[in-house]
Amino acid sequence: MEPVAAQGPRRVPGSPRPGAPRRRWVPIAKVGVWAAALVPLLVLSWGLAGGFHVVDPVEEIQRRTGIAILVLLFATLSVTPLRRITGWNSLIRFRRLLGLFAFFYAVLHAFSYFVFDQELSFPAISADVAEHPWVLVGLLSFVLMIPLAVTSTQGWIRRLGGMAWSGLHALVYPIAIFGVLHFWWLVKADVTEPAIYAAVLAVLLVARFLVRRR
Amino acid sequence: MHTIRTPDLPSREITDEALYWNRREWLKAAGFVAAALPLAPSTLAATRGDDDELTPWETVTGYNNFYEFGTGKEDPKRNAQGFVTNPWSVEVSGEVKNPRTWDLDDLIRGLAVEERVYRMRCVEAWSMVIPWNGFRLRDLIDRLEPTSKARFVEFTTLHDVRRMPGQRSSILDWPYTEALRMDEAMHPLTLMVTGVYGKTLPPQNGAPLRLIVPWKYGFKGGKSIVRIRFTQRQPLTTWNVMAPHEYGFYANVNPNVDHPRWSQKKERRLGEFFRRDTLMFNGYADEVASLYTGMDLRRNY
Ligand code: HEM
Repeated sequence: MEPVAAQGPRRVPGSPRPGAPRRRWVPIAKVGVWAAALVPLLVLSWGLAGGFHVVDPVEEIQRRTGIAILVLLFATLSVTPLRRITGWNSLIRFRRLLGLFAFFYAVLHAFSYFVFDQELSFPAISADVAEHPWVLVGLLSFVLMIPLAVTSTQGWIRRLGGMAWSGLHALVYPIAIFGVLHFWWLVKADVTEPAIYAAVLAVLLVARFLVRRR
Repeated sequence: MHTIRTPDLPSREITDEALYWNRREWLKAAGFVAAALPLAPSTLAATRGDDDELTPWETVTGYNNFYEFGTGKEDPKRNAQGFVTNPWSVEVSGEVKNPRTWDLDDLIRGLAVEERVYRMRCVEAWSMVIPWNGFRLRDLIDRLEPTSKARFVEFTTLHDVRRMPGQRSSILDWPYTEALRMDEAMHPLTLMVTGVYGKTLPPQNGAPLRLIVPWKYGFKGGKSIVRIRFTQRQPLTTWNVMAPHEYGFYANVNPNVDHPRWSQKKERRLGEFFRRDTLMFNGYADEVASLYTGMDLRRNY
């Protein structure tokens, strides 16, 4: 048995390096991220409240939240490559916020499906999932997001340890891939839009391996 | 005696109603709308149920699947605005006494225009209730005199990339074609539509001439028709060719046969949050089920 190497104090991703200068712009930028991430919710609420003509409210919810999930996931995924390219390490401090907002929209998205489409009927949901691969991958994507949201806190990072935590959070890749697949499979004929999302995801994943740590 | 139910609009649509009836009166005076035509008692008892509120005009004319003008639901309204439907000619060919090209006005002159309030069920599991204006396809077919060999009738949509920008992309194999068996085409519920809500049909809804078969999924209703062809053999139809396991030739509304992407058991009436049960043959079973006796509707979906 090899002795376990003594570990120094673990640094929590997203927290400032000990002794690093406090960046005063970070809180301001966080407000900006909050505002931007809430835009889809505001537009959706405005539409549902009658601000513009919404033909099918449930479709409106599912569309706007579905796109918001993907965009926020992609923003989350772009943090690391951007940080490596720009050397702008503070970017990491927005990652959890972006990820949690993605999860927030996923909860709304799933809620509208479970409640409005299926009226919380378990047999109806299981039949729908069993018969329709696009629903299955959407559900998988959503379910995988749950442990990531739960363990996103500093406390959980400490409890799990950096390695295990990072391993768990590598689930973000299948989450994003399933999300795009879900989108691709649900369109009837014109796959232009999901194809764009697939291309962006591919770029983000490739960037991660091309742009190595500096 | 059964007559086609005229719309009894709910009070919250009162402005629409006033406008709508004014228009009707005007049209009637102008001789466009034949007043409450009597219909065969057995055929039209169920055109509209108690729970079928009319879908508002904005939705009927602003939320359309008409890929010739784009694949988004709001695209057709935007992209079809300048679409010119006059003059319009329709080629009549195949198993017919006199194959020829008609000017649309001549083709339909004198055919009795009625108002029909029909449910419209899209294969995507949403539905509307729409007051169409049109004439029976049967009356038109009688005028065209198909030969005894005609067993099917095919409808072709305009193919003109300059006028239909959606055709620039090859998502479907243009032109769009749809078809019916002769007995389906001759059924008194089958309508050729030239108007909606008492107005001339807007281009995004398939002007100047489209088909409506209320017991079938919406995609069976070919729009902006430029050719009517009578055939001996079953014609190829666009969605059926594109994805045969998803879209059948018959495409009868059937809650018991699921589409691979959507369960067909329920539907969302546009504007409502919760879904309602889909009815066999879209609620027109009493009128049309006999067309399919002895057929396996699971195989002939
Ligand atoms: C419980 C899991 C999920 C279910 C049951 C579900 C279900 C649905 C439904 C019913 C629609 C509407 C389909 C239509 O309009 O025909 C939809 C659309 C969509 N969903 Fe999901 N979804 C789930 C999770 C997800 C997740 C996790 C993502 C992203 C990672 C996602 C992304 C999308 C996108 C992008 C759309 C399409 C939006 C558009 O049409 O513009 N979904 N989903």
